[in-house]
Amino acid sequence: MNNKKVKELKVSAIENGTVIDHIPAQAMFHVIRILNLENFENMVMFATNLESKKYGTKGIIKVSNKYFAPEELNKIALVAPHASIIEIRDFQVARKTVVEIPDKINDIVKCFNPNCVTNHEDVRAHFTVTDKEEIRLKCHYCEKITSKNTMEFR
Amino acid sequence: MKHKSLVSINDYTKEEQLRILELAQEFEKNPVQRIMEDYVVASLFFEPSTRTRLSFESAANRLGAKIVGFSEASNTSVKKGESLRDTILTVANYSDLIVMRNPIEGSARFASEISSVPIINAGDGANQHPTQTLLDLYSIQKTQGSLDNLEVALVGDLKYGRTVHSLVIALCNFNTTFHLVSPVELKLPRAVKMHIKEKNLAYHQYTELEDVLPKSDVLYMTRIQKERFSDPLEYERIKNSYILHADMLPDTKENFRVMHPLPRVNEIHTSVDKSPKAYYFEQALNGVFVRQALMTLILGIK
Ligand SMILES: [Zn+2]
Repeated sequence: MNNKKVKELKVSAIENGTVIDHIPAQAMFHVIRILNLENFENMVMFATNLESKKYGTKGIIKVSNKYFAPEELNKIALVAPHASIIEIRDFQVARKTVVEIPDKINDIVKCFNPNCVTNHEDVRAHFTVTDKEEIRLKCHYCEKITSKNTMEFR
Repeated sequence: MKHKSLVSINDYTKEEQLRILELAQEFEKNPVQRIMEDYVVASLFFEPSTRTRLSFESAANRLGAKIVGFSEASNTSVKKGESLRDTILTVANYSDLIVMRNPIEGSARFASEISSVPIINAGDGANQHPTQTLLDLYSIQKTQGSLDNLEVALVGDLKYGRTVHSLVIALCNFNTTFHLVSPVELKLPRAVKMHIKEKNLAYHQYTELEDVLPKSDVLYMTRIQKERFSDPLEYERIKNSYILHADMLPDTKENFRVMHPLPRVNEIHTSVDKSPKAYYFEQALNGVFVRQALMTLILGIK
């Protein structure tokens, strides 16, 4: 049995919905959180630690009967910058896109600065993305930079 | 500028900043006027900062304003666990303008978003202290006759010094050439240098104070704190290399002036104090006029 067939057995096809592919294995949990799939009522399938020629191991998520707005999906670019999005309609690939880091990040990331007002008062941090390559987020409140290695999700 | 909070120096355009400096000149000539008699200024100092508080309160007092507030959080409802949100919403009912100092970074921005009256940030932790920047600009303009095309040397802790960061950003509007003197560990952060680069201005970095003295118009000194060094030996090694003495002044330009946000520790030797090139005490006094200008513009009196 070749790899392709094994994959198909692990994550079966959906009739209608969205496939999110090329998620780094260690980012799966974050993607689920960011898209709020934990509280999703339709069928959601996950597979992780699949072999990937490009990235070593990857994860894949299939969400049936759901199409996301690009703004919503772009949030996952913070943890899965190379994720590809495949819209399935009637078992066919209807559209294939890639995620893009947005200019602004709201709600999903915590400011790393322990002395920031967002970690003391009932107010959520939001950020301007100052560097999309290295991922640097400038907090609207304390103006400090949260970077990839200090990033925490709420 | 009416009703516009001042949280970061960038909240105001170059033109608005210049308007404040222009009006500050008028207040310097005539600092006692009863033009704020109908106004209440709330002065909320969640951490003590006597110098800044006295400057604001003196500025408001001389214009006849009433001042309410506190000078430290220990005897207030804040100590009893009241949120900043509730404090601001309450105080906004009793005042026309809130001057706030708070050690929490971003607190002033947050306050400006929930308050019905304008907020002046008098320092939010290590983040911003825009009225210091305005008084620095005023002092530079006053001593040099102009803000344009100056050679400005900044010395000391350029990495963590918030007054340095804001001043650099503000001076980027005036075709400044920057001379940055610091230990290697305390160089100006990349994010601040970006502002200089965006305006295509020149900056030069040095580790020796002597190298910049002959070419500078303004020498802006700051304090180097021991806590900033992971290696205490490194601090011991460099701590005396950024100290200005009177015998270093003869080679400087005629218009050369020494500035410092104060308080100083030992980085400017007291021998400098009596030189006509020492400007740091007058610089602090300028804060009163700049704050008078700022408050009256925000309140729409001027
Ligand atoms: Zn923050």
